[in-house]
Amino acid sequence: MLELRDIEIVQDDFRLTADCTFGAPITALIGPSGAGKSTLLNMIAGFFAPQRGRILWNGDEIGGQAPARRPVSILFQDNNLFPHLTLAANLALALTTRRPSSRQLAQVARALEQVGLRGMEPRKPAELSGGQQGRAALARVLLQDRPLMLLDEPFSALGPALRAEMLDLVARLAGEQGIAVIMVSHAPEDARRVADQTALVSEGVLHPPRDTGPLFADPPPDLRAYLGTG
Amino acid sequence: MAQRAVALTGVSRLGPGLWAALVAALVIGPLGAVIWRAGGLGALGAPDLAALWFTLWQAAVSAAVSVALAIPVARALSRQRFPGRSALIALLGAPFILPVIVAVLGLLAVFGGNGLVNRLGGGLGLPRMDIYGYHGVILAHVFFNLPLATRLILQGWLAIPAERFRLAASLDAPVGRLLERPMLRRIAPGAFTVIFVICLTSFAVALTLGGGPRATTVELAIYQAFKFDFDLARAATLALVQLALGVAAALALLALSPPDGFGAGLDRLHQRWDGQGHAAKVGDFGWIALAALFLLTPLAMIVLAGLPGLFALPPEVWQAALRSLIVALGATALTLALALPLATRAGELAGLLGVAVSGLVLGTGLFLVVQPFVRPAEAALPVTLLVNALMALPFVLRILRPELDAARADFGQLAATLGITGWALWRIVLLPRLRRPLGFAAGLTAALSMGDLGVIALFADGDHATLPLQLYGLMGAYRMEAAQGAALLLLGLSLGLFWLLDRGGRADA
Repeated sequence: MLELRDIEIVQDDFRLTADCTFGAPITALIGPSGAGKSTLLNMIAGFFAPQRGRILWNGDEIGGQAPARRPVSILFQDNNLFPHLTLAANLALALTTRRPSSRQLAQVARALEQVGLRGMEPRKPAELSGGQQGRAALARVLLQDRPLMLLDEPFSALGPALRAEMLDLVARLAGEQGIAVIMVSHAPEDARRVADQTALVSEGVLHPPRDTGPLFADPPPDLRAYLGTG
Repeated sequence: MAQRAVALTGVSRLGPGLWAALVAALVIGPLGAVIWRAGGLGALGAPDLAALWFTLWQAAVSAAVSVALAIPVARALSRQRFPGRSALIALLGAPFILPVIVAVLGLLAVFGGNGLVNRLGGGLGLPRMDIYGYHGVILAHVFFNLPLATRLILQGWLAIPAERFRLAASLDAPVGRLLERPMLRRIAPGAFTVIFVICLTSFAVALTLGGGPRATTVELAIYQAFKFDFDLARAATLALVQLALGVAAALALLALSPPDGFGAGLDRLHQRWDGQGHAAKVGDFGWIALAALFLLTPLAMIVLAGLPGLFALPPEVWQAALRSLIVALGATALTLALALPLATRAGELAGLLGVAVSGLVLGTGLFLVVQPFVRPAEAALPVTLLVNALMALPFVLRILRPELDAARADFGQLAATLGITGWALWRIVLLPRLRRPLGFAAGLTAALSMGDLGVIALFADGDHATLPLQLYGLMGAYRMEAAQGAALLLLGLSLGLFWLLDRGGRADA
């Protein structure tokens, strides 16, 4: 369970506050562009520290930890794979920065198989389609074996059908491995499709997550404004 | 939002401040050593003031002539298509890595006393042309810098959006007044300043073609004060004058920063509707032919004149070639080792000091520092290596820094989440992303170092001469066949090193 306590982020003329708990298996963060959704993910991932507040994972403070030490893995919008490395080398980096052992290579092969890319170890990212790149990045994140996965719109460049397929894959694999997911999305249908809870970021505030179905059935004024239905 | 987060990402860096301080110490320390050893600064006499005046004057004239000639050549290249156009534009980059002493020999073969021009002119009853003196210095500077000016200005032309030419054509509007003159007003001052700065620090050209009271640059005056008068006080004062010139020029460069001169995209050709008339085509191709003739004839003469002597070179030339190769590769390794941790904004500023301080002064200062421990001749090669590395550093940093910044911006966060830091970050992420610019930077450094005739001329004896110095000695002894063979060898080694290292960066990249 992730808790954000009394968080305040100030960057130039941008200000965002947050005080809530993420307890659902999959939580979607939605809100207009520039509201601070990606900023929140970057803060949770450890790329910068908030001006104020605490970040807790299962009750333990993680705010002072370096990104690689946090119980967190992340899929970015792009640049999720090093283009000069093969898929095997990219995935092995989730396990070691040295030459991978045969046991680690077997883990890599299993992870690739999980996402439907069996036998593609020697390929470079440029030799894969957009969907395959997304699957490979997902395999790497699964190999990192962290209890919380952050998705910063990694599938936004894909078409609607492929995006839905990738989200279903994330939901299935995260569920199988017991990984909690916080995903940023511009598209309300993504949240409706896979998210148990949804939190709206708007007007400089992260609103506490609510169950997705009831939230969209009876949206509050801020969400109605965002959806263009109010 | 994501951008802001990227800017705040802490990616491990190898203490650039420490490296910047080291480079600054390596550059400023030797200057201090010169002043300390001189026991203070000496007064400048009339010859020194004349040298200062000549330095400024020849740099201004060389830059003005280069830019003035480059404008019609660049315009012709921008609006005409012809077979070999790409190759010609690529060749325009060659003089930058051409050893100065080789180019001088090529120019002598064309414009010298027994050169091609005088032989042809003699047949027509024209007066003989003398290349030695201020006009020789300017001629050589134009030879080196006309290609650079042409590339800078051509880039300005190619940066004019194709739609503007289409609009002008549809309106039958004057392209020159509407598009070309505003572009030239923006680009030409920067091109002039770059070339002015390059010519300010010219040493090898002045050493070989200048000299005497009417064609001595400040750099040459420093050399003479050290080598012939051993007047350290005067040399130190001249060094400070040169430093002031360099700093002023570097500041002018920053203020009038022109576009990158060696970037990609020079081969694009807009469709042009102007310049397609008969008279314009004759004019354009006339300029292209003249420029090609001016630039390629000396190179062709080096190859033709050098071939017979290449296979009968005395052993000392081969030994000098080996020394030069070792110095060039050593300087390349040192430059890259300094440049990688220094490729930040602060580091780049520290690296710029290498441009502001004369290589000759730097070398002399380093020599004074090590003099109590080793003989001057024995220090000549290591000091040359170090000076070459420091002089190449600003160019290398300019090449590497944008690429390194891009690699950090693109993959810094991913590396951070995977715990890739320190040496692993360089090994796994940054160095593979930098292969191409590293290869280019290494090629450039090696070629510049291979052809350098600067500080080595002060201290080396016959047992420690590099190939350019050996070549200078052969020219001085009028052993022209051996000199021409050595020049061809030096040309081949410089271009070969550049090609090999640059290609190494591209292989499988």
